[in-house]
Amino acid sequence: MKQIFALVDCNNFYASCERVFNPKLEGRPVVVLSNNDGCVVARSNEAKALGIGMGVPAFEVADIIRKNHVEVFSSNYALYADMSSRVMETLSAFTPDIEIYSIDEAFLNLAGFGCSWTDYGRKIRRTVRKWTGMPVTVGIARTKTLAKIANKIAKKSAGANGVLDLTDSAYLNKALVQTPVEKVWTVGIKTAIKLKRVGIKTALELRDADVGWIRRKFGVVGARTVYELRGNCCYRLERNPPLKKSIMVSRTFAKPVESLEKLKEAAASYAARAGEKLRQENLAAGVMTVFVTTSRFIKKSYFNSHTVLFDVATNNTIELIQNACASIERLYRKGAAFKKCGVVLGGLVPENRIQRNLFDNVDREKCARLMRTIDAVNAGSNCPLRWAAEGINQTWKLKFQRRSRRYTTHWDELLEVA
Amino acid sequence: MRTKVRTIHTPDVSKRQEVLLFEATVPAGFPSPAADYEEDKLVLNKHLVKHPAATFFVRVAGDSMIGAGIHAGDLLVVDRSLEPRNKSVVIAVVNGELTVKRFRIHNNKITLEPENESYCALEITEDTRFEVWGVVTSVIHKL
Repeated sequence: MKQIFALVDCNNFYASCERVFNPKLEGRPVVVLSNNDGCVVARSNEAKALGIGMGVPAFEVADIIRKNHVEVFSSNYALYADMSSRVMETLSAFTPDIEIYSIDEAFLNLAGFGCSWTDYGRKIRRTVRKWTGMPVTVGIARTKTLAKIANKIAKKSAGANGVLDLTDSAYLNKALVQTPVEKVWTVGIKTAIKLKRVGIKTALELRDADVGWIRRKFGVVGARTVYELRGNCCYRLERNPPLKKSIMVSRTFAKPVESLEKLKEAAASYAARAGEKLRQENLAAGVMTVFVTTSRFIKKSYFNSHTVLFDVATNNTIELIQNACASIERLYRKGAAFKKCGVVLGGLVPENRIQRNLFDNVDREKCARLMRTIDAVNAGSNCPLRWAAEGINQTWKLKFQRRSRRYTTHWDELLEVA
Repeated sequence: MRTKVRTIHTPDVSKRQEVLLFEATVPAGFPSPAADYEEDKLVLNKHLVKHPAATFFVRVAGDSMIGAGIHAGDLLVVDRSLEPRNKSVVIAVVNGELTVKRFRIHNNKITLEPENESYCALEITEDTRFEVWGVVTSVIHKL
């Protein structure tokens, strides 16, 4: 059976999440800043229209923000993650074949639904909006690559009203002409530059290029892109997402950290968080890397990392913290103003398939029981148990000064209505 | 003193005897006649939340709905997937403000009614920016 793909993409996802719980923001320019309140990571259409670019440092657009009364928010990842899962759950009622592609995008396979795809797309859009408050755009086509293009055009076109079906559409060529080659899915910037050099500037020109030549020049991925643009499906839905390859916890500090103690506190705190994440997914790590960095823009900038191999893969926070602190001791340099540190766990294996070591003298059953107990106590919203190594004051910790409430995950931050 | 080894006995592995291993303890007594009738426990969350993806919890501020048994500090279970019917209690957006009121529809006219005499009903006109945010399905009131 021929495949029919719908790409459902949330419009300005983070900004839209804020609007669901704060309807006053409707029609107003909204931006969301990165973890550090440093860069713009999401913009409402009104903010885009003011010329606020994606990823620009907040201080560069401070004037525009002040003059236009732009509403500014710190990232509220707890809220965004919950809203994402609500959107995905709503979408999975429309087809059993769904691939969650990112926090705000999903591919749906609509093959076998004998109806007008556009009507079905409208129903999806209406339902997601009503159930979750999230505005979405739906692009429908015979391949994932074309569905991506359909979605992009639907976002910009007022006539599409949020849904564009490019299966056997007379509009298909027009859609491909107006899509620059660098906007095609899987085409990277370097590839785009090379393509343009030989006169391939649009998706249409790429589609009509000689596949043999593309294959020689850009390999099998390039050839697949050409086939996909021709409507021959090369990428199916990935329904069993591969096991996570690594878990990273890293944060920029509120202000540069120079003391060894504080740096250790931060690393211990990230290691503890990484351990929680491991156990949530029933994984254990074989390798841990700790990295530290100063600002890149100062004279004596310094970056370094240290990697530890565990004899036995572990998800025991005690072990993670001990090793993280030991790594920091080696990485620390007096006088350096550290801007950020992070913990990366790799060599992940399911926790029930850990390769034991004959000379291991740790009581792993007992540790596992302790971790389970701590996780259970911390399962609520305010995490009463913390490791002493994480410090008490945590002066390095970022303040999310403009973060909205975590409306859906914290009892004491619910939406209030009179 | 020395110990001498006289003979070494090798085990006979030609025959197999299978033995069932019981890990559970065997209670000495009559088996529970109720075990056959065991059912799932009652879970309040399942009872109150029919559409998890569309259900939000909202905290009440103020006393405008006190007549409907909705008090300040109460928790409302709000289902966005439901269509409001006449007399539903809803969370509505009126000119950008969220409010909880009783939804009345009569002769195609919508009014939002409080349940407290010190507040006035609000008629929705063409100039009102109005939207139903969700339908309130339960009130959780702490005693």
